[in-house]
Amino acid sequence: MKKYLSFFRLRFIMGLQYRAAALAGIITQFAWGFLEIMVFRAFYQTNPYDFPMDFSAAVSYIWMQQAFLAFFATWQMETEIFDSIRDGNIAYELCRPIGIYHMWFSRNMAQRMSRGALRCFPILIVAVFLPRPFRLEPPASFGHFVLFLVTLFLGLAVTVASCMLVYAVTFFIISPLGVRMVFTSAADFLSGAVIPLPFLPAKIQYVIELLPFASMQNVPLRVYSGSMSMGEMEKAVFLQIFWLIFLVFLGQILFKIAERRVAVQGG
Amino acid sequence: MITMEHVCKSYKIAKRNAGFGEACKSLFHRKYEEIQALNDVTFSILEGEMVGYIGPNGAGKSSTIKILSGILTPDKGTVFVDGRIPYKNRIAHVREIGVVFGQRSQLWWDVPVIDSFELLKDIYSIPDSMYRTNLEELTERLQLQELLRSPARQLSLGQRMRCEIGASLLHSPKILFLDEPTIGLDAVSKLSVRDFIKQQNKLHKTTVILTTHDMQDIEALTRRIIHIGKGRILMDGTLEDIRQGGENMDETIAELYRSYDIYT
Repeated sequence: MKKYLSFFRLRFIMGLQYRAAALAGIITQFAWGFLEIMVFRAFYQTNPYDFPMDFSAAVSYIWMQQAFLAFFATWQMETEIFDSIRDGNIAYELCRPIGIYHMWFSRNMAQRMSRGALRCFPILIVAVFLPRPFRLEPPASFGHFVLFLVTLFLGLAVTVASCMLVYAVTFFIISPLGVRMVFTSAADFLSGAVIPLPFLPAKIQYVIELLPFASMQNVPLRVYSGSMSMGEMEKAVFLQIFWLIFLVFLGQILFKIAERRVAVQGG
Repeated sequence: MITMEHVCKSYKIAKRNAGFGEACKSLFHRKYEEIQALNDVTFSILEGEMVGYIGPNGAGKSSTIKILSGILTPDKGTVFVDGRIPYKNRIAHVREIGVVFGQRSQLWWDVPVIDSFELLKDIYSIPDSMYRTNLEELTERLQLQELLRSPARQLSLGQRMRCEIGASLLHSPKILFLDEPTIGLDAVSKLSVRDFIKQQNKLHKTTVILTTHDMQDIEALTRRIIHIGKGRILMDGTLEDIRQGGENMDETIAELYRSYDIYT
């Protein structure tokens, strides 16, 4: 366990040293957040009663989403890992007394958490002090806040576990580009990164909410903004745990097969 | 210590001719060619031996090293390293060996070298006291004092290679595999790397297997040479066996490659 923790630590420290990238990220996320809020506002102004979330809940959803973008953005996968499979640098990692799956899992968790830690606070602080109705409102209750933290972590783990499947596929094909693109586009839409899932038609939403993608950012963001009932929250947490276990299990099997038939590229 | 018996390993390589038409054709019908990287390779190495493993590019040197270090699974044959089958239980095996791939890096690019070392300490679960003595010894013998605190990306190749070798010995492995450790190094760095390897073998009785194209490496380091070409062992003997006259090593080897008709 200790080796994975120190792996996590090193990756975390590494993530913290890219200050310029963090600054650029924060600015982008502000611009993007405002833009999205403006678009939603235009819709809400025509008829505020037609929407499944009230406006302030949608605003909180968007600010939280921007603050924790690095946790959930499926397109932020580690190019270093893809490269190491492509050019054969993975040879070194295979020479370590450590499971590749666990090592990369902790590495991805660390990378996302360090990025998130650098970026979230400036966004959260500014968003809390904006004038109403553009302000990030506090969570509905203390209980909601605790559940938000739990589901945030579970959502992050589910995100990483699904990215691990994409890494695994890279072992079997030469270029990961296509798989990555399909995966990230699907995930962007189905996880509620483009528009929150409650905005979709009810029947479609019902199906989508069962998918693993809905167990990523959808759950914590909606728990925080208070747009889920007690029963819905219970079901969502249960699904998060189920998908996490399932994806990790599947990933480990794929990695086992991959390790056995790996051909180290490039001499 | 190490035995390889009748080991074979082949790769499938997709081949096609140049051009757009050919590329389209290969979308539907792909031609594979089997390359026999290792063909009935047999040798054994004793504890504390230092062996030079030579052969032209593509002869199967790296494949052998990768099989011995548990990364690749051979198609046929038996491999034992220190009583273990490397590819059967990779994790238990790699704990006991050290590997340096001269053309790759195991150091984390953006952080100081010492951070990579600390990580390796935890990965190999090296006890504190052992880590400290090893680090001290390696720092002194490889002159790493000034390098440990700089990020790996800002080291020169020679400096980095010294750190790489240090990194692979932190856990006191009994066997050290060096895959072209002196590639691209200047004369001074080469000499210091060679001296170090020699010392390591003498001081700690570390079994060393080294692949290289640099004949001076071989002359300086090893008594025993295993010569491989086109996946076959061509010769297993001493330096004197291949050197007939007093001519220069490179010429001798080039002559040898030609005579076996293995250079393609």
